[in-house]
Amino acid sequence: MILTPLPHISMPLLMGNSLNAWSEALVGFNPMGLPLGLVILAAIPLVFIALYSLTYGVYGERKISAFMQDRLGPMEVGKWGILQTIADILKLLQKEDIVPTSADKFLFVIGPGVLFVGSFLAYAVLPFSSAFIGASLNVGLFFAIGIVAIEVVGILAAGWGSNNKWSLYGAVRSVAQIVSYEIPAAIALLCGAMMAGTLDMQKITMLQSGSYGFAHFFLFQSPIAWLPFLIYFIASLAEVNRAPFDIPEAESELVAGYFTEYTGMKFAVIFLAEYGSMFMVSAIISIVFLGGWNSPLPDIGSFALNAWTNGPLWGVFWIIMKGFFFIFVQMWLRWTLPRLRVDQLMYLCWKVLTPFAFVSFVLTAIWVIYVP
Amino acid sequence: MESRCPTNSVFNSQSSTRMQELDRAGMGSVRVTRKGNNVVVLEKDLATEQMILAMGPQHPSTHGVLKLECLTDGEVITEAVPYLGYLHRCFEKCCENVDYPAIVPYTDRLDYLAGMNSEFAYAIAVEKLLDVEIPRRVEFIRVIVAEMNRIASHLVAIGTYGIDLGAFTPFLFCFRDREIILSLLEWASGARMLYNYIWVGGLAYDIPSDFNRRVKEFVNYFRPKTVELYKLLTENEIFVKRTRGIGIMPADVAINYGWSGPMLRGSGVKWDLRRNDPYSIYPELDFAVPVPDGKVSDVGDCLSRHLVRALEMEESLKIIEQCIDKMPSAEGFNPRSAVPKRVRPKAGEVYGRAENPRGELGFYIQSDGKSTKPLRCKARSSCFVNLSAMKDLSKGQLIPDLVAIIGSIDIVLGEVDR
Repeated sequence: MILTPLPHISMPLLMGNSLNAWSEALVGFNPMGLPLGLVILAAIPLVFIALYSLTYGVYGERKISAFMQDRLGPMEVGKWGILQTIADILKLLQKEDIVPTSADKFLFVIGPGVLFVGSFLAYAVLPFSSAFIGASLNVGLFFAIGIVAIEVVGILAAGWGSNNKWSLYGAVRSVAQIVSYEIPAAIALLCGAMMAGTLDMQKITMLQSGSYGFAHFFLFQSPIAWLPFLIYFIASLAEVNRAPFDIPEAESELVAGYFTEYTGMKFAVIFLAEYGSMFMVSAIISIVFLGGWNSPLPDIGSFALNAWTNGPLWGVFWIIMKGFFFIFVQMWLRWTLPRLRVDQLMYLCWKVLTPFAFVSFVLTAIWVIYVP
Repeated sequence: MESRCPTNSVFNSQSSTRMQELDRAGMGSVRVTRKGNNVVVLEKDLATEQMILAMGPQHPSTHGVLKLECLTDGEVITEAVPYLGYLHRCFEKCCENVDYPAIVPYTDRLDYLAGMNSEFAYAIAVEKLLDVEIPRRVEFIRVIVAEMNRIASHLVAIGTYGIDLGAFTPFLFCFRDREIILSLLEWASGARMLYNYIWVGGLAYDIPSDFNRRVKEFVNYFRPKTVELYKLLTENEIFVKRTRGIGIMPADVAINYGWSGPMLRGSGVKWDLRRNDPYSIYPELDFAVPVPDGKVSDVGDCLSRHLVRALEMEESLKIIEQCIDKMPSAEGFNPRSAVPKRVRPKAGEVYGRAENPRGELGFYIQSDGKSTKPLRCKARSSCFVNLSAMKDLSKGQLIPDLVAIIGSIDIVLGEVDR
C-alpha cells in the first residue's frame, strides 16, 4: 500500500507520521507503572518471526520456485494455498515420532533442538527497530557470528546420532563447510564493524542513519565496502547451506544429508531452523551494510521523506523488507544454479573468498584511517 | 629411542583382532618410545578404514532401481559395482510365449521413455524376417513419432542430469516441453508412454488429419526453448565445472565396451545407425551426427555426452520438419495394409537394430518356421552395455562425480533389467 503510487504524495507521508506518532504513544504507554507499550512493540517482531517462518519462508519459497518453473505451486489450502504451510505443520505434528533402533537416541533427539536454538538465538541481538532489540549487547555482532557455530554441534549430533552413512556424510560435509566459511564471513563483517568502530548492532545501525537515506549506508559510504558485502553474501549462503552450496543436504548425492532419518516434528524443526537462519543472515547483512532499520529514502529538498519514513514501526518494516529481499535472492539462486562439488566449495572458500576478505579488510582499514 | 612402527610389532599381544586387520592393510600406526622396559605410546594415528556404501536401489540419483555397492574411502570411491535385476520382468521368456505382434507392447516397456523407438526397432527386425514391403507413408510417420520420442527422451535425460547436479529448474522446463510431445503422441496412438503404435508391417492408426500442423507448431515453439535450456544449464559455469573432464572415456575403450548412441559419440566416434546402417527413410533425410570437437568440452567426458544429447534434439527437429514436408498424402492410405494377418516367418534368424535415444537397440529373433511365436527373441540393450563400464568409470571418483557419471550414462532401468 505504501509502495503503490498514489494520486497525491501527502497520503503515505501522513501514514508515516501517524505510524510514528502511534509507536511513540505506545512507548509512553505505562499503565500502573508497567511498560506495557514497550512489551507490545517488542512483541511485533517476535510475532513476525513466527509468522515469517510459517508463511514467507516455506510458502514463499514454494511459490517463488513455482513461478520460476512455470508452475502454480500450492493452490488448494486456502486462497492461493496460503494455509498450505499450516496444513503441512499439522500433518507433521500428527506423524509418528520415529527414532531408528540403531540410532544414538540422546544425540538423535537433541540434534534438531540444538540446531533450532542455534539458529534462533542470534535473533536476540538483531535490532528490529530503534525501540526493539532483544538484548542490546555491546558485542552483538560477535555474538551473532559465534552463536551460529552452535548449529554445527546440532548438525553433527543429528548426523552422527542417526547412525546412517548418508547422514554421517552430510554432517561431516556440513561441519567442514560451516567452519570454513565462518572465516571469510567473519572477516567481511569485521570490515563493517571497522567502519562503525563498534560491535553493537544497534550502534552500527544508528551510525548509518541520516537525512540522505541510503547514501549513509556503509555499502555506499566507501567504495571498498561492496567487496566485503559480496563476500559475506556468498559466505552466508554456504553457512546456511543454501544453493549452490547445499552440499550437506545434496538430495541427489546424499539422499537428504544429515536429516535423512528424521520424520515428523523433528524434521519440521530442522526445516524451520533453516528458514530461521536464512532470515538471520539476511538481517545481519542488511544491518552491517544496508542500514538495518533505517529508511533508504532520502530527503528531497523540503520533503522530509527520510524523517517521515523513520520510526520504531517503520524500522521493523524496513529491516523485514531488506531481509526479505536477500531471502528472495537466496531463493532465486537456489532455483537457478546447480550445486558445487565439495572440493570446489573448499577451493572457493580458502583460495578465493578468504584472500579477498583479507584484502578488503586491509583496504577498509586504510580507508577508515586515512579517509575521514 | 623413538621409532615409528606398525602396531602389531609392539603391541602384538594387546592389540585387538581389528587392529591386526588394520595393520595388515597397512593402516593405523603408532609412535612409541621406550622408558626402561615399558613401551610408552607417544602418538597414535587414526586408523582409517574403507566403508561399504550401498547407493540405491532407493536413491534419488540412480535413475530407478539401480544399486551401486561402493567401497568408499572418505568421499573417494575405490570401487563401485552395479547390482541389477530389481526390475527384471522376463522379457525374453515372455516373448517365447506370445505371437510376434503381441510382443510389441512388451518392447514399449523396455525403454519406457522411448517406446516408439523400441517398437520401431522390433518392427524392423520382424519385417526383415518376413521380408514385407512397407507403405511409404508409414515410414514417414514412423520416423516422425520416433524422432519426437527421441526429443522427449533426451529432455528427460537432460532434465534429470540437471537434478543430479542440483539444478532443479531445467528439469521442470524439460518436462513442460516433453508434456507437449506426449500429448501429441497420445493424440496419434491413444497412450502417453506405452504406445503399441508401430505394428509389424504398419501402424495401428493413421495420424489425425491435423497432426502435422500441430507438430510443426511444436517444432517452431521448441527451437527457442532449446536455446533457453542451453543458456540455463549447458553454459552455466558451475555445471561446466561439475561435468568437464569428469568420467573421461577414451574412444577405443568405449568401442571395446560396446558403447553406442550418445555415449559413444560423446567419446568422439561418429557412429549413428541412422547413417552407418541406414534403415527406413533415413538415407533420404538431411541431418548431421553431432560429435564433440573438444572446444567446449574434453572429448569423452560427461559434458560431451550431455552436449551430444542437446545437439541431437536440434537434428531431430530438422528430421521432423523434412518428414512433414516430404510425406505422401493420406489419400487411399491404410496404415494396416501391409500388416500380415498371421505372422509365421520362414525358419531362420535375424538381427534388426535401430538407433534409440540411448544407443543401439537390437532384436535377435529366431524362428522355427512352424510356430507363430518366436523360438528366441533376445534384446540387445544399449543401457545395459553402457552401464557395464561403470566399474572402470567410477574408480577413484568422488561421490558427487559418481552421481554425475551415472547421470551422463542416462540409464533406463526398464531396459537394463528387461
